[in-house]
Amino acid sequence: MREFGYLLRAEWTKFRTLRGQLVAATAAAVLVVLLGAVFAAGNHSSCSEGPKEVACPTPPLGPGGEAVADTFYFVHRTLSGDGTVTARLTSLTGVITYPPPNHDTIVPRVEGLARAGLMVKAGARPGASYAALAMTGTHGVRLAWDFTHEVAGAPGRVSGAAPRWLRLVRAGDTLTGYESVDGHRWTRVGVAHPAALPRSVQVGLFVSSPGDVTVEQGSLGGSIEQLRFTQATGVFDRVSVAGTAAGGDWRRDYVGGHAATDWEKYHRPPGLVASGDRLTISGSGEIAPSTDGFHLEGVLSGLYVGLIVLIVVAVLAVTAEYRRGVIATTLVAGPRRGTVLAAKAVVVGAVGFVAGLVATAVTVPVGVHVLRGNGIYVLPVPLGTELRVVVGTAAVVGLVSVLALALGAVFRRGPVAVIAAVAVTVLPVLLATASFVPEGLSRWLLRITPAAGFAVQQSIPVYPNAVGHHSPVDGYYPLPPWAGFAVLCGFAGLALALAGYLLRRRDA
Amino acid sequence: MRRALHAEWTKLATARGTAWLIFGIVAATAALTAAVDATVRCTALGCDQDPTRLSLTGVQLGQAVVAGLAILAAGGEFGTGMIRTTLLAVPRRTTVLAAKATVVAGLTAAAGTVAVLASLLVARLVLPTAGFTAAHGHPLPSLTAGGTVRAAGGAVLYLVLVALIALATATLVRDSAVATGAVLALLYVPPVAVFLVSDPDWQTWLWRFSPMDTGLAILSTTHLADLPLTGWAGLAVTAGWAVALLLPAAALLAHRDP
Repeated sequence: MREFGYLLRAEWTKFRTLRGQLVAATAAAVLVVLLGAVFAAGNHSSCSEGPKEVACPTPPLGPGGEAVADTFYFVHRTLSGDGTVTARLTSLTGVITYPPPNHDTIVPRVEGLARAGLMVKAGARPGASYAALAMTGTHGVRLAWDFTHEVAGAPGRVSGAAPRWLRLVRAGDTLTGYESVDGHRWTRVGVAHPAALPRSVQVGLFVSSPGDVTVEQGSLGGSIEQLRFTQATGVFDRVSVAGTAAGGDWRRDYVGGHAATDWEKYHRPPGLVASGDRLTISGSGEIAPSTDGFHLEGVLSGLYVGLIVLIVVAVLAVTAEYRRGVIATTLVAGPRRGTVLAAKAVVVGAVGFVAGLVATAVTVPVGVHVLRGNGIYVLPVPLGTELRVVVGTAAVVGLVSVLALALGAVFRRGPVAVIAAVAVTVLPVLLATASFVPEGLSRWLLRITPAAGFAVQQSIPVYPNAVGHHSPVDGYYPLPPWAGFAVLCGFAGLALALAGYLLRRRDA
Repeated sequence: MRRALHAEWTKLATARGTAWLIFGIVAATAALTAAVDATVRCTALGCDQDPTRLSLTGVQLGQAVVAGLAILAAGGEFGTGMIRTTLLAVPRRTTVLAAKATVVAGLTAAAGTVAVLASLLVARLVLPTAGFTAAHGHPLPSLTAGGTVRAAGGAVLYLVLVALIALATATLVRDSAVATGAVLALLYVPPVAVFLVSDPDWQTWLWRFSPMDTGLAILSTTHLADLPLTGWAGLAVTAGWAVALLLPAAALLAHRDP
């Protein structure tokens, strides 16, 4: 152990006295900060109401503090304390306006994640805590609550011949969803635990229908997402509310929305049409976490420049020794070659991590602050997530440095090692995000190459109930953050093991 | 000049690794094309992908090895001190750089041609499995079609320009590892940066300065109107980068102590 301490000190001394190494590592951090600052300063957004400039509208926040989309048609009354709402859904239809290929017709089709069903909500305010049991367009019955939680019930679709009964039971903070095909035999769908339901809640029927998404190849590479207005119509009967509920008429709210499209103005307005026992409700919108906004990791745009600089620094830490013959001296001083390599890896990895940490710890808060000042909506994330982005990205930089060092020891020639290191870290990102590579391969590239580690940067997860296209171009990685990080750790470890083996086997 | 050329050719041809790098150019280009084309799937709406561009995707990896070859030719000499001998033998330093550039460009053109042809061949074998067939209205890229010849020739030209950029960078920074990092950063970072900017005007502006994006515009045979520059204008931007780096490289080589 003491020997390792000496070796560590020796490696650090060599590293810091090798011309330009520390300067370059510092420059890498400064570059990331500067490019991030330029990028943030150059992004502006403003909104106007007529001639007057106003603050841009921001999405509502859900109970968990995340930005949400909360738009739907709500037919509701007040329920005090515990109770049960039951209804039979006999039809769920919809329209999609002007879909491809020609964008010239209105197509009668229900959007896959359109919902019609029962809801218990803290109030009619967008973003309020809720639990909703609904039939979806094509994904069967779903019990969702507080935007980020969802469990699936039975699959299938509804029609007059095959209606679906839905029941939502409130007992305190617990809501239990049931479904049935005949109104007699009930199956439990799941239990929801909304975070902030007051004693007195709004209970009733709702219909939502998110935009119809298609994806096209972008002209500069990457992909372009298109969204079209859709509307869904659900037909309910046998509606009952048991418990201390207010009687009388239903209250009607187009929560988070207003009839703005030509379809709603001239063809079918959103709302409720009651005919006897039968309630027909039309509505549009999405109830899900919102991903419309700036993802905070976007300010790390200069990361790849800094990374390439640090790759060169790490490679030189070993290839410079080979070129100048210092390696022979090094190995005489530390005959245990594996230990020498380990000491080098610790020094280079630590330098990479510290440079990365300085870069991210400055760039992320400063960049986000500047962007918000420029009127850009940066999606809010929990502090833990922001810390994970900052520290995780720094750790990725450290690991890539170790990987580059190992490749330097394997190839013993600077240019070859630099090419190899860049080809397995930066190039996969480029191919996955900024080229004409098909998306299937993009996802694989970010799973099975060291570039998978960049997943620690992703601040906004993909929620199962969010509509949209979550591609690598938009900053969505195929692996969860720590899984991607583990892949990079594996590659760095493997490369280091190979380098250690070759160092012992080969003549220095 | 002839003797300088001969000398440069001898040095590069006998340097350890040249043969490997040439093999690497062809292998890397063909391998990436094969991997990408094997994963293309036409959707129900049709094949929106440009088959010619797909057939030459591998150039994006092959260019890194081309840069390695050019850096070996120039930077290697600075590392070993061989440059002093070279300049003693041929005291006109711009002649040395011109000879190096000629030899590297010639070798890259030859290796690049083989790589591009191999890439097209691989694509012709792989693409039909993805639904790119004449029957579907997507004829395979063929050297009898004008667009494909233009793209293939443009790809070779682009690789030669990358070699010149790398040669100039290596002469400027005089360290092969640093030069490699600089060249790869110049090639690979701007295309990623284009997609990190949200403003479309900024995107286009950045794109027009990116040597890789502009240089590879010539690979496209469809959706040409969407590109900010035509293929030849794009190659001119890449050539501009090469000239902008070669001139100071020549000046510094002439006036600096090696």
